[in-house]
Order: sequence, then C-alpha cells, then structure tokens
Amino acid sequence: MVNFGFQLNTSSRVNLDKFDKQKYDRLIKAEPDVRICMACGTCTSTCAAGKFTKTSLRKAILLLQNGDEKGAVENLKGCMLCGKCTLVCPRGINTRNLINNILKIYNK
Amino acid sequence: MNERILHDYNDFVLPFLIGFVFLVSYLFIGLVRLIYHIPPKDRRKLLMSFINPRIFLKNIKDITFDCLLHIKIYKRNLLLGYMHFSIAFGWFMLIVVGHIEVLLYAPKSTGWQHLYYPIFFRYFLEQNGQTTLRGAFFFFLMDFFLLMVLGGIGLAIFKRIKSLAFGMRRTTQASFADTVVLYCLWAIFPLRLLAEGFTAGISGGSFLTKPVHYMFANFFGNDLNIMPTWWAYSISLGLFFLALPFSRYMHIPTEPLLIVLRNAGLKARKPRKGFSEAEIYSCPSCGLCIDACPMNVQIKNLKLSSVYYMRFLRRHNHEKTERIAGACLMCGKCVAICPVGIDSCGIKIVQRGTMNNSIQFDYNYLQDGKINLLSLLEENNNNEISSPLEEEIVPKTNIANKNSSPTNKEKVIFFAGCMTHITPIIIKSMKKIFVKAGIDYIFADANGGICCGRPLLLAGKHNAANEIIKANTKIFKESGANTLVVSCPICYKVFNEEYKLKGIKVIHHTEYINNLINENRLQISKNDDVLVYHDPCDLGRGSNIYEEPRNVLRKIGNLKKAEKEGKESICCGGSLGSLTLNRQDRVRITQSSLQALTYAKPDKIITACPLCKKTFAEQSGNIPVMDIAEIVANNLI
Repeated sequence: MVNFGFQLNTSSRVNLDKFDKQKYDRLIKAEPDVRICMACGTCTSTCAAGKFTKTSLRKAILLLQNGDEKGAVENLKGCMLCGKCTLVCPRGINTRNLINNILKIYNK
Repeated sequence: MNERILHDYNDFVLPFLIGFVFLVSYLFIGLVRLIYHIPPKDRRKLLMSFINPRIFLKNIKDITFDCLLHIKIYKRNLLLGYMHFSIAFGWFMLIVVGHIEVLLYAPKSTGWQHLYYPIFFRYFLEQNGQTTLRGAFFFFLMDFFLLMVLGGIGLAIFKRIKSLAFGMRRTTQASFADTVVLYCLWAIFPLRLLAEGFTAGISGGSFLTKPVHYMFANFFGNDLNIMPTWWAYSISLGLFFLALPFSRYMHIPTEPLLIVLRNAGLKARKPRKGFSEAEIYSCPSCGLCIDACPMNVQIKNLKLSSVYYMRFLRRHNHEKTERIAGACLMCGKCVAICPVGIDSCGIKIVQRGTMNNSIQFDYNYLQDGKINLLSLLEENNNNEISSPLEEEIVPKTNIANKNSSPTNKEKVIFFAGCMTHITPIIIKSMKKIFVKAGIDYIFADANGGICCGRPLLLAGKHNAANEIIKANTKIFKESGANTLVVSCPICYKVFNEEYKLKGIKVIHHTEYINNLINENRLQISKNDDVLVYHDPCDLGRGSNIYEEPRNVLRKIGNLKKAEKEGKESICCGGSLGSLTLNRQDRVRITQSSLQALTYAKPDKIITACPLCKKTFAEQSGNIPVMDIAEIVANNLI
C-alpha cells in the first residue's frame, strides 16, 4: 500500500452482517428488558466490579447491538452479580438476568 | 377366641395382599435407588448417624413428633393439627393393637397370615363364650381408635368444603392419583366399621361396632351382607396401596426416611436425585406454602410456589421447574413454615447451578498482585476526626470509658457491602455511632469493596463465589481485626455460613448496636413515634435474629407489631434471590409487604437491611423507611 503519510482507522460503525438476529431474539425472549435500556450508564457508574476491571453493562448492550458479541461478553465477565445496577437502573431493568443470559447465549 | 374359617383364608384378602405387596416392593426398590444416588461421602455420613446415639434419639423423637403427633401442624392450626393427628396416630394404633391381638389370640398364625390377620382379625376369629376383661379391653381400644380415625376423616371431608376453617386460604389442585387415594382413604374406615359391625355378632365388638351390628341385624336380618362389606373394605385398602406411590400421599412412607437423612446432615446435591428425591416424595402437597409465598399476590404467579415446584420436579417437567427455580425470591418463608421441613430453596439453588452451568465469570482481577486489596480499607482513628459528620462529637470522655471497658481489646472492622454503598445514609449513621461510642474501626470497603459472594451462591455459581470469598477473607484476615461488623444481612449470612473466619467474630449491626446500648456505651433518647419493624429475610429466617433489633427499637419509640412478622414476615420484593422476576412483579410484592407493615399505622418503618430500605422507600409514600442504624444515630444523646 502506498504510504500517504496518514492512515484510516478501522471502522467502528455497526456492521449488520455481524449481528446475529436469532441469538438476539433468544435474548429478548429470556429477558425482554434489554429493549428498554436507554444507555444512561447509571449501572456502569455504580458497578462494584467496574472499579477493578472493565465491566460495563451499558457498553456490553451497545456492543451487542452493534454485532460485537465477543466484546460484550468481555465487558460482563467480571460481574459479581451483586445487584447494585438493578437497584439504580432508572428503567427498572432486571440487569442480573440480562447479564446471565448474555453470558449464556453469547459465550462460546 | 377361636379361628373359625377353614384354612384361615378367604379370597377377599387378595386385593389387600396385592396392593400391600406392590407397595412394599415399590418402596424397597425406591429406597435402594435413592441410596445408590447419594454420593459415597454422604452415604458414609448416613451410616455413621446410625451409630451415633444422639442422632438416633433425635430420629426417634422427630419421627414421633412430626409423623405421628404432627406437633408442627398443631402449632399452625389446632383443627388442622387434630385432623392429621387423629388419622395418623389412630391408624398407627389400630395397626399396633391389631398386631398385639394376633399375638395374644392367634399365636399359631404363620407366613402370609401375618400380613392379613391383623387387618381382617374380626373376620377370621370368633368369640367363644363370654368376653374376658382382657378381650373387652382390646375391643374397646380398637373401637376407640377407629372412632378417632373416623373423626379425623370427618374433619378431612369438612376441610374439602371449607378449608378456611383450617387456616388455609388456598390449597393445591389435586391430580388424578391424589383423588383416587383420597376417596379410598375416606372409604377405608367407614367400610371397616361396617364390616366389623356385620361380624360383631360372631367375633365380638365394643361401643362402636356392637350398636352398628344390632342396627344392621334389624335392617337386613341375616349375615349374607358380611362378605360384600369385607370385600369392599379389602378393595379400598388394596386400591389405596396401589395408587399411593403415584399420589401425594407418598409422603406418609417417605417422611420418616427424610427425617433420618436430614438428621444425618445430608443436603441436596442434585436437583432430582438422592436426597432431593426424598424431599420431593415427602412433599404432602398440602399447599401451606401457597399462602406463604410472597409471589401469591398475583394469580398468574400462584403456580410459582414451592409445592408446584416439588410437583413438577417429581414429574420431570424441566421447563416449569426451571422457570420456578429462576423466579423464586429465596426468602425462605415456605421452608420456615413447611410442616415437613422440606428445604425447597436448597434444591432450587442446586438446579440453578445446572441451569447456569454455561456461564463463565472471570475474576482474574481479584488475584494477588493484580490489585492491592488492602488499599480498599481505610483506618478511622477517632482521634483524628476528618469527616464533617463526625466533627460535632468529640469523644474524649468516651475514650476514657473505652479504656476501662472490658471489651477494649476488640478491634473492629466494618464491612458495608454493595447494598449499603447505594444507601450511604447507613454508612454515615454507622460512622456516627462508632464515633459516639468511641470505637476505632477499620472501614473494610471504604474505597469500593468486593461483593460478598452470596448473590453468586444464590445463582448456583459455587466456584465463582469461592474466588470472591477467598479475596474477602484475605482482606479481613490481614486487617488484624477480631470483630467484623456488617450492615447488610445478605453479607452477614454468607460470612457466617461460607467463610472460614477463625478468630473473627461476625456480628450484624443490629446486634452490635444492641450490645453497645446494653453496655451503656451509647445513650439514646425515646419519643412517642409509632415504629414498626420489618424482618429482612436473610436476618430473620436466614440468621435467626429477631429480638435484638426489637430491643433497640423499644428504647427509641413505641414499637408496634406488623400484620405478619418474625418468621412470617413478607419479603420486600427486592430480594437478590430471584433471578428472573421482573420489576412489575416485584413492585406488587413490595406493595403487599408494605400493606402488612402499615397495618398498625406506624410513623416510621424500620428495617435492618439496605436492600429492603431501598425497595420500600420507592413505594412507601409519605411513611419514611429507615435503617436501624439511621434511627439510632438520629436519637443519640
């Protein structure tokens, strides 16, 4: 490749080819609350595990919807299921069931 | 008495014999299978329990009290208790006295006769000459216990019509086998009375069977009706035994086995095999847990109660059992009130383990060297007051007190836990209390803590929880403290049960505050506020702490009773035990729990769990919900 003195980053936009609708439907069936998340990030800001390692439910849901399954799982593996996020979520999402099911459905 | 029948046999004993032999072989095969499924370690435990005289005596005591006398049901409802007692004890005594009679009057009976003689004694033997005193005594006993059982059956029929009189609002829907066995059970004893009544002229009888005999002798005038009634009696017994293994009445033979296994210290390890199987078959489907379950506020969730869980488990219905196991709040109320003492929550947790098997957590970050665990804690020496809340109190005098007090060697570490961190008022209140009492303490998770591990255990993830337990244990051990004060019942329960904290006394803040007040290290003022206390599940039923918080609250205000409290307190709905229950359902539970709490129109609702506080506070309207530490801190003098 010719060196122009600059380079383009790989795109981080949504690649719908990577999005697995079947798996996502299974997730919705197991925990319908995933659809009402508004990505406010309250869960992440209170997360007990988030203090020590990259654990973010908000990011995981966004990555999932953008087709990055591996990234989503990576962002939830450190979860200790302590339930702080459930209590602070302004939409009343059952976050622990959501985390469990994401890990169940998307874990290889 | 003489034996009056040639060959001591008649065809009518066949239905009974077939049923009885079937039942005994079914039970024997079931027992062998069950013991085969118990892990070897547990099997050894079971063997050892037979040698241990203490456990042996406890077995006998429990079996007599629970299976025969039904003390637990008596405590719940007198009528319900009497119904069970009269049928179980009366029937048992009929069998015992029947055998004694055979021993005394027909000692020559052998082989098969042993099986049916005590049951059909009145048919096979005739009275020669006058009744002796001893004979009359046994006739009386047999009629007395028969009357007792008949009374119980009468109550059972009445219960079908009006269960509320027995303290049961809801009861289970009976399956087909249940109905067959139920009608057989109702038929057996009236038929026995009829049959013995017909033969009372030949074999003798007492206050019950003789009058029946005279009544029928006048009606029918001959003895031709003897055979049909004895056949009917035998058929109802045979059918009862044949259908028993497929019905809920299987709890009659299984309960003694469960008691023996439980006293040996066995626990559920698989959701459907071994110890769990004994629990499943011991469930009498009485439905007391339907009324107890907090989820019963919604009709659609009625079938999430433990009785249906046990029933679906028995039928291998995975879909439904997994749904119930996921939704259960693990509040433990059904276990606390179960007359058989079935630990359904234990089975549910084991099943969650199999359901969540594919979930893999990664707690590498908790390993040594990755983070400095000790950086999380913060030493608070009360001589250097920094936080604004603590400024108002200068604990000079208290420090002098402290040095003279006998407990001055205690080194306190305070663990707030995740839930307390999102209700910071509890942390502030605890700090205020520590300062006022002049206690130097270490704040274990001042800079963000690790979860205690109980939520993971409740999700069935044992190995994952163990990694967290290891990390937390390291913090507590290295802090050098000997008293661990916890402000969250969830953490308290797991610290007590799963952690190995030798040399560290785990104490919940309700107990701790109660001790401080009793030792006069805290002075509190009293006012006229009407208070009501909510027992958090993990503190009350889970850890058996009921009195300490009430002692404290009586010194602060006017403590009133809630509609349901103590062992029967209703979960707040926020429980971490439930994995799948959604917010709408939880809110309904919270509202019903609040309804029970506000029964005495309290000014304040007091609880001892940050999770309950947060859950209630959202729904309680204008009644403030406070933690016990909060109200104590507010009332400090």
